[in-house]
Amino acid sequence: MNAISQQPLPATAMPASRKAPPGIVVKDLALRYGQQTIFEHLNLEIHSGEFIALLGASGVGKSSLLKIIAGLAVPSAGNVMGSDGLPLAGRIAYMGQQDLLYPWLNVRQNVTLGARLRREKIDDAWADHLLEQVGLAGRDSLLPAALSGGMRQRAAIARTLYERRPIVLMDEPFSALDALTRAKIQELAAELLTDCTALLITHDPLEACRLGRHLIVLAGHPATLGEPITLDGLPPRAPDNPQVLQSQGRLLRILTELHQ
Amino acid sequence: MNRLHRASRPLIIFAGLLLIWYAVTLTSVPNYLLPTPLTVAKALWTGRVYLSHHFLITLSEIAMGLFFGLLMGMLLALTMMYSPRLQQWLMPVLIISQAIPVFALAPLLVLWLGFGMASKVVMATLIIFFPVTASFFDGLKRTDPGWLELAQTMNADGLAELRHVRLMAALPSFGSGMRVAAAVAPIGAIIGEWVGSSGGLGYVMLNANARVQTEVCFAALFLLALMAIVLVQLVDISVRKLLYWVPDSSNTR
Repeated sequence: MNAISQQPLPATAMPASRKAPPGIVVKDLALRYGQQTIFEHLNLEIHSGEFIALLGASGVGKSSLLKIIAGLAVPSAGNVMGSDGLPLAGRIAYMGQQDLLYPWLNVRQNVTLGARLRREKIDDAWADHLLEQVGLAGRDSLLPAALSGGMRQRAAIARTLYERRPIVLMDEPFSALDALTRAKIQELAAELLTDCTALLITHDPLEACRLGRHLIVLAGHPATLGEPITLDGLPPRAPDNPQVLQSQGRLLRILTELHQ
Repeated sequence: MNRLHRASRPLIIFAGLLLIWYAVTLTSVPNYLLPTPLTVAKALWTGRVYLSHHFLITLSEIAMGLFFGLLMGMLLALTMMYSPRLQQWLMPVLIISQAIPVFALAPLLVLWLGFGMASKVVMATLIIFFPVTASFFDGLKRTDPGWLELAQTMNADGLAELRHVRLMAALPSFGSGMRVAAAVAPIGAIIGEWVGSSGGLGYVMLNANARVQTEVCFAALFLLALMAIVLVQLVDISVRKLLYWVPDSSNTR
């Protein structure tokens, strides 16, 4: 029962050359496993170019929701489409809980994985540019096993961006990193995803407050979406930004109250 | 230096074994039961044409058995992977086929396929395909679902998914299957030759045994062992090359 009645980001925030990315419309979505209802009548509208953070306790159905939006899982009822009325298939890039780098491919091959899988010509210039941006230039021939956790996540971000998809879905992609690395990667992700519509699942209120334009809590059995909390200012917000600290406290309180 | 050291180790072991063998022959063990290393070396040399002829026969049986066993194992695993219905029917058959000792089939195979190489190749194939099928199928099935989902969001079709994700992810298991296959392949060929054949090292050994030419028997055994070791080593090296990304903790000096 949620619609975020927020205007899309001003056009100036996006390069004029690029089309505005589609938003996401989730309509009356339900997911049931046998007798158990994970959620039903779930409605959510994400406007073009917005960064939404979705929070909730583990097992509440966040990942399932994301997988349904990504087209990786089938809902029991309802549907998901772009705000332009077209299906989202082929317009979504997905980052999972693990970096999911293929261990037999080196960094560059992992970044250009999409082209490999679709038998397209590999855009080396684009890959070079992305590797440069995520700070992995010169490491492109290393195997994932030779990378640190932060570097692996950087490679995963580059792989996501290589796809040039207007919508990016992220399922706790930074949860396995140490606090410092996480902070750096969050900044990187926020900077690189400004042109995309993004939905980030996280269990970390700080992460949500630093990156999200709107924060939404998914809670309960069956799960429902809470009122969105809207934050001003462009992400990544500083960790000691008063607004971040305040919303973080508020979020944590909401989450713990809901959990009781 | 370290490399040299490692390479020389098998030679040292071999020399040690030779020495022990020689020491035993110095006791009162009669020569027709245990020939000296020197007698065997002589037998190897004088019988070189005869032995190499039969060596090549056994080698080709093993090579063909490996080829068909691997091929059959891979095809079966892929079939079961992509057709759950066929898998339900094939799996019991596979397990039953392994419950019957393959050696018990050897006389029948020789009866049906003759004394030539065909029966031995089939023996070796039968022995090899199962570990390959089982391990490869296991690897294919256990591909990380996250990798598959990622490929799916990148619009990979079935073929790309198989080639770039499943096959690669199954390679470590397949490698284990290959190693087992290489180790058991000679058994199939030799058993086949023992039951009935007109050539091969198994035939040579049986023949020499019957004539109490123990040194020829030893010579054949030596060649067989050499072949088996080289085979296992070759497979091991190629599996390592194939699995360049898998950390190998056993590879300590």
